[in-house]
Amino acid sequence: MTISRRGFLQASAAGLVVSFYVPNIVKAMPKAAPQPLPQANAFVRIGTDDSVTVMLAHSEMGQGIWTGLAMLIAEELDCDWSKVRSEHAPAAMVYAHPAFGMQATGGSSSTWVEFDRYRNVGAVAKDMLVRAAAARWNVAPAACKAANGVVTHGKDRLTYGQLAEAAMKLAPPTKVVLKQPKDWKLIGTNVRRIDTPEKITGKAQFGIDVHFPGLRTAVVLRPPAFGATLVKFDASAALKVPGVEKVVPTANGVAVVAAHFWAAKLGRDALKVEWTKPADGGVDSVKLLGEFRTKARTTGAIVVDAGKVDTALASAKSKLEAQFEFPYLAHAPMEPLNCTVKIDGDRCEIWTGTQMQTLEQGVAAKILGTTPDKVTIHTPFLGGGFGRRGNPVSDFVSEAVIVAKAAGVPVKVVWTREDDIRGGYYRPAYVHRIQVGVDANGNPIAWDHVVVGQSIMAGTPFEAFGIKNGIDGSSVEGLADSPYLDETPAKRVSLHSPKTPIPVLFWRSVGNTHTAFAMESMIDELAAAAGKDPLAFRLALLKAKPRHVAALKLAAEKAGWGTPPPAGHARGLAVHESFGSIVAECAEVSVDQGRIKVHAVTAAVDCGTAVNPLGIEAQIQSAIAFGLSAALHGKLTLANGQVQESNFHDYPVVRMHEMPRVAVHLIASGAKMGGIGEPATAPIAPAVANAIFALTKQRLRSLPLRLA
Amino acid sequence: MKLDINGTVRDVDATPDMPLLWVVRDLLGLPGTKFGCGMAQCGACTVHIDGSPVRACVTPVSIVGTRKVTTIEGLSHDGSHPVQRAWAEADVVQCGYCQSGQIMTAVALLETKPEPSDADIDAAMSGNICRCGTYIRVREAIHLAAKLKRGGK
Repeated sequence: MTISRRGFLQASAAGLVVSFYVPNIVKAMPKAAPQPLPQANAFVRIGTDDSVTVMLAHSEMGQGIWTGLAMLIAEELDCDWSKVRSEHAPAAMVYAHPAFGMQATGGSSSTWVEFDRYRNVGAVAKDMLVRAAAARWNVAPAACKAANGVVTHGKDRLTYGQLAEAAMKLAPPTKVVLKQPKDWKLIGTNVRRIDTPEKITGKAQFGIDVHFPGLRTAVVLRPPAFGATLVKFDASAALKVPGVEKVVPTANGVAVVAAHFWAAKLGRDALKVEWTKPADGGVDSVKLLGEFRTKARTTGAIVVDAGKVDTALASAKSKLEAQFEFPYLAHAPMEPLNCTVKIDGDRCEIWTGTQMQTLEQGVAAKILGTTPDKVTIHTPFLGGGFGRRGNPVSDFVSEAVIVAKAAGVPVKVVWTREDDIRGGYYRPAYVHRIQVGVDANGNPIAWDHVVVGQSIMAGTPFEAFGIKNGIDGSSVEGLADSPYLDETPAKRVSLHSPKTPIPVLFWRSVGNTHTAFAMESMIDELAAAAGKDPLAFRLALLKAKPRHVAALKLAAEKAGWGTPPPAGHARGLAVHESFGSIVAECAEVSVDQGRIKVHAVTAAVDCGTAVNPLGIEAQIQSAIAFGLSAALHGKLTLANGQVQESNFHDYPVVRMHEMPRVAVHLIASGAKMGGIGEPATAPIAPAVANAIFALTKQRLRSLPLRLA
Repeated sequence: MKLDINGTVRDVDATPDMPLLWVVRDLLGLPGTKFGCGMAQCGACTVHIDGSPVRACVTPVSIVGTRKVTTIEGLSHDGSHPVQRAWAEADVVQCGYCQSGQIMTAVALLETKPEPSDADIDAAMSGNICRCGTYIRVREAIHLAAKLKRGGK
């Protein structure tokens, strides 16, 4: 691999450091909106104190890249792992996601998309350190060895810290050779997280913890219903609350600015506000679902059309029909949304847990009438993201900028949990209607599939690349590319994307949250109708997909498929590919007094190269917990445009006593690396529903799962 | 009023109804205790009052009186409490936001039940939500912490 690069000096509090970056790879990225670089860019700094600081182009929100991306640099750098620290990079286009063209964390992509760039950074740095040592000793670089943060030649020995200053003065190499996988020392091993020390002592700084002299806290009153707008407000009572300093209007609400959160919250409670009523009385989720069901009986915009599906359906030996329904879902990350903004003339500093730094930077600059280079974004740890902190239309950041601008003081806007649950940007509600014609063996020969649900990308800056021919790819991912459809000669997938006033957003695993449930439930129904074992039926249909087959077989075998489950229990299967990885899950369930209990989940995971198996196991457990919350509990209901749920008492999520045992089995397929943060989310709901069918013969086709 | 917090008595200028959570976070500068729900549903704000776990978000500061408040910052200076060491060993944390509350609840559990069963853990820990779903490793870490404590380590 030929690359050109340069190193440069950067002074920091830690002393003199060397920085490197890899501009050719950066140039090869898709171009986003041109933005000047606010400062020099770097992915690693080697301090004179031997510290190795890795700059993360992506946000740590629990998924473990704080450790995983640092492992990539450390692998090639051959540094002392105990000296490695990570930091979030500032907002700058040099940190743009190599595939997305903007700084972003999402799509389960951070590890695979940075696999080459971060390893190259490590290799470049090591090359320069070795040459610096060789020059010092007047020997050939090839005669020197570097390991564990030290370059040696015979008895001579210099640490990376001792070499850092000299190394940065050297011309960077034009070529580096990356290690062969057999030579990896870190990659592929179980490495514990390096953000643990601060996260078990309360020292980790999240956005909500930002504090500096002069900072005020604001709580914002937003419209009570989607579609309602602010008419007028009376702040007199709010201003009498001790600690409340200002009350300012936002784009569509009122912000109470106070000395601290509690005063701001009491001030907000004291506001008198008049809102308009939403048009047509506002969204009612029962009525909306009815409209979606009606739409599902008609063909929508064509996504897939092959063979003559109507003819094939009419002539099929028998026909199965099913409808699957999904509610709106909130992300409910544990850290309520927040954003701190400090404006100083034409400059602005923002502290916020965001998944899209450069986008927020551009939005803030526009609001303030300045340029993006004058907006500094600090990314603290994210107290969960799950998509909620990656909003293409920037809601919580743009609002905070507006509040700080209006208030004329530095402000931290903090959302309450109620604000979060009722504040919109949900996983959209969907209805799927499927008609399948089968042959004499029960195999699908005709598949007509209609999806109804809002587009996430429509009306956002992502529309240009996210919507093609009227199809939002995220509405049909996991369906349009389903391997089951590959095996079905006549098929039609179509999509209705109705507009509603409900703001929607990416939610961990996005479209797969509903497409995997519809597909894996329907396949299970076909197996049952054919009188076949759900595993054998799938394996036969997926015979051209060896990775799916391997994952299914492994999950089934490890779960004891084919052996009797404990009395009163049953097992169900699902397999799904998303974000480049394949996950099969076998759920073991029982029903106790009408309540579904998931005892165990056995997951087989093929994500290609596994950088940190310990971290992967955590993400599989995590995604299963997240998907299980949606399977068992998650549902938002709307009446008159208002979300009826408000907090964890009526929007429950999985808790300790509901968490199943999870066994994770990795498949070393050697396939191209895929993602890991999301792919285990989608299979859990169908695996549980299919197990419930095996146990009760009830086919549950709506989420959350409710037994009759 | 005065508040005995992490071994130090500090003066606090708060209204009596101000929740202990916001006193600790916004007035005393101890942000390790987290806001998650504001209605004792999630456990992120768990602190100890005289060693018992309480939800600081619904505890008016005025009812604390002279009792001793311990927050995550008061558990150890360096993460050396057996529960914290077990947390590190079991690689529990993900986003980390709920973990102060998880740890404070687990510490209190082990004080009353030095060898908790899985059912004890379910009962004690089900008030602490983790959206990252670290529950399996939280359970492992609690069993491990029990061992560490038994071994006097």
